Order: sequence, then structure tokens, then C-alpha cells
Amino acid sequence: MPTPSRYWREIPQRYRLEAGKCKNCGLVVFPPRIICPRCKSRDFEKVNLAESGKIITFTIIRVPPQQFVDQAPYAVGIVELDDGVKLTGQIVDCNFEEMKIGKRVKIEFRKIFDEGEAGIICYGYKFVPE
Amino acid sequence: MRDVAVIGVGMTKWGELWEKSLRAIFVESALLALDDAGVDKIDSMYIGCMSSGLFVGQEHLASLLADFLSQAPAPSARVESACASGGLALRMGFIDVASGMSDVVLVGGVEKMTDVNGHEATYALSTAADQEYEGYHGITFPGLYALIARAHMEKYGTTREQLAMVAVKNHHNGSKNPLAQFPYEITVDSVLNSVMVADPLRILDCSPITDGAAAVVLCPVEMAKKMKKPVVKILGSGHATDTIALSSRKDITWLEATFQAAKKAYSMANKKPKDINLIEVHDCFTIAEICVTEALGVVDKGKGGEAVQQGITSLQGKIPVNTSGGLKAKGHPVGATGVAQVVEVVKQLRGEAGERQVKGARVGMTQNMGGSGGSTLVHIFERE
Repeated sequence: MPTPSRYWREIPQRYRLEAGKCKNCGLVVFPPRIICPRCKSRDFEKVNLAESGKIITFTIIRVPPQQFVDQAPYAVGIVELDDGVKLTGQIVDCNFEEMKIGKRVKIEFRKIFDEGEAGIICYGYKFVPE
Repeated sequence: MRDVAVIGVGMTKWGELWEKSLRAIFVESALLALDDAGVDKIDSMYIGCMSSGLFVGQEHLASLLADFLSQAPAPSARVESACASGGLALRMGFIDVASGMSDVVLVGGVEKMTDVNGHEATYALSTAADQEYEGYHGITFPGLYALIARAHMEKYGTTREQLAMVAVKNHHNGSKNPLAQFPYEITVDSVLNSVMVADPLRILDCSPITDGAAAVVLCPVEMAKKMKKPVVKILGSGHATDTIALSSRKDITWLEATFQAAKKAYSMANKKPKDINLIEVHDCFTIAEICVTEALGVVDKGKGGEAVQQGITSLQGKIPVNTSGGLKAKGHPVGATGVAQVVEVVKQLRGEAGERQVKGARVGMTQNMGGSGGSTLVHIFERE
């Protein structure tokens, strides 16, 4: 369960898709990093992720963690965006039968889960078919 | 560096041990190992445990377990690398003895997982993934391995039946291991008809929630010979890491940390995959065993599924994998798993594995990994 500060600190990534681009070798990393995994440079600029890409693998979660119980079954996949970044997220607004590797999807801003009546409502990115 | 031997092994029956506490299951296995080694005093101890904090609300195992094993003031350390914690404890003990800092070292692993409910256990295990960028989106551990399975099936044509055959093989081996949590046979049909957990993985593709512990005793080879003990030498130790998030890897189907750890272990041991007589691997899910055998170089890339189907990794096969029943049938008390793998290999190399004995086994290997493959330990052992 995220505390307010833990949730707030990830907002630039989750709400605005802010990534880091290495000024030395050009690698785009998400979430942003302090040191480049490819060339070890520490010089980054802020860029935004590409907002569409394709599914490279997926699953349907039938036995969820506690805070996702009311959503199951739901699809989660790894998507390779058009800038080469790969990220994990839910794939929604799509029949499970229509899901396949290679399918084009775009990013939308959605509710991820909530903590109940008094807790934080957690938002972020999900994938929907293009 | 001194040569290091395993001179004692201990493991009690695994399962849902409602009546026993974490400290009790640890001390019982540790005493079996000390008795087997014929020693009652140790110079230091290392304990692999992933998450006693989340599972039983108890940290500071270093003190608790040295105390209840009646070994205080011996130095003691708990080490953590998710499901590879046990393998990491072995490496720490190995380094301690090899360096000359300690002579007799106890290496243990323990996890008490059934004091919490299923959702809490799922949560505790999920902390081995990137909490902010994987867990946040509702992915579970079966889910992460399902992502690997789907990609492997797409890329290499691995079939759903081949995945099931891993579980069938390991349960067959486990049926010959009285300490296993589920010592009975299953069929391909029963796997394919079991409840879906994360497509394409079903409940019988998954290792269970288990309470259990295991322990081994290490000392220099020279000392072991003076004690007239059967000497099983640690020939090689490899340890490597990879990205914590599965999505950050170039190839979702390839376990680079396992490949790198194996490379170091083979090189240190001066052995090749063909020299190995049996392997205990980290089959937390059926697809994991397929990917691990590929990364260890015992089968070609993409051929892990076929190898199981052809019986290459069965008890009578060219290279038996998971003779103990693996995580699947023996159980998977996460911190204990890496140490229990060593217990099995040592029993095999001593010729004490009963009905599941691999005839003439002299060289064995263990592979223990954390999370979706973000950390891996590989060790190679030889009977002198």
C-alpha cells in the first residue's frame, strides 16, 4: 500500500510518462535512472515516452493481489513502445480472445486501483487497442 | 583459497507445518546437519531467508536462530536475495571457509509461509519484483512467469503439454522423496485440467506455499579428510544479477543471470555441461525449468521443452533434473530452497538418495534464482 509520499514521488512517470534519455548514447530509460545501464553516463535529459507500441507478451491474471481482487480476471502485458522502451501494464478494453502478440496498443491514463474509502486512489497508464 | 567440503546435511519433512514455528523448523534441520557432520560447535553461520518480516513479523534472525540453536556467541548473518537467499547463504559460507576466516560453518535456509493467508503470502512473494513498475500494475509471480511462458511458446514453439511434462516429471521424482510436501504422481491431463492461475499457467504449473528449512555444514577439505567424512567438495560457485523488471530485458525468454552465474561456476570448477551427472534447478514454475536448462547450457536455446518431452531430463535420462521433486513437488519455502538443493545433490553424490538415486553420480550442480531471474546462484559439487 503506497503512502502519500511514495505515491506522489512517482507521479511524473505514472501521469506524464516522463522518461530519461542518456545524453551520451541516446538510450531512453523508464523509469528514469541516475546512471545509464549501457554507457554509464550520468547525464540525462527528460523526455516523454512514445504513447503507442505493440504487445510482446501477455497473461490473464486470475488470482490477483489483494488490491486487485475486484478487477480479476484482467490482462497484463509487456508492451514495446515505438521508442524501444518496454514496460509492464494492464491491457484493457479488449476481449481476451482478441489479444495476441504483435497487436498494436496505445497508452491511456486510467485508475489502477484504490485503497478503499479513506485511502489513495492510484492512477497511472494502461494499454488499450489502437 | 582453501578447498571446501560439505560434511553434513539436514532437512525435515516440508509442508503446511501449522504446529511448528520458524525457529523450530530451522533448529530441527540445523541439528540434523550438525549431527550428520559430527560437530557440535560452529565458527559462524549464514541463514537464507527471503521475508520473515512479512511472513511472521520477525526480523533479526541472526540472533534468534544462533540463540535457539545454542550457538551464540558464534557470528551469525541472515542474507536475502528473494528466492535465491538459500543459494546466497551457501556462497557466503563457502567464501568464509575458503578464505580461512572460519573452519566449521553452518549454512541454513528457512521460510515459514503459512502463518499468513494466501493474499498476504502472494503479496510477500511479489516484493521480489519491482514494486513501483511491476507490482503496481497488478502483476503476480505466476503472472511474470506466464509472460515468459507465452513469449517462449511464441518464439520457440514450446507447447502447453511440454510445460505440463515438467510438473509430471518432478512429481514422479518427488513421489520417491519422503520429505517432499506433495510426494505423489500427477498426469499431463491433471495439469491441463487444473485451475488457471495466469494464462497459460495453471495451478499444477506452480510451486506451492511451504513451511520448511534445510541446512548443511561446511569445512575445509583437509579437515573433512581428518574427520574421515565422505568428502563432497564445492568445486565452483557462480553468482550473477540481471534487471529486476522482466520488461527491461532484451529477450524475455532468456535468463542472463543464470547464464552468467553458470559460466563462472563451470570455469571455476573446470567442468562443462556434459560433465554434470545431475542438476537441481529452480522450477518455481514449469516454464522456469525449461528456461534454466537452456541458460545452463545443458540443452540448446529454445529446446528446453523438447528435452523434457524426450526424457533427457528424467531420472533415467542423460541429465536428470530435479531428482528431489524440485520446487514443484518437494515444496518451495523460498529462503530454504537453495540449501535444500544442496542437501539433495550431496545425498546423490554420497549414494544415499534411495529410490531416486542416480547411478554412479559424481558431479552435481545446483541453480537457485530470485524473482523473475534478477539474481542467480550456481554451484558445482564433486564427490572425492
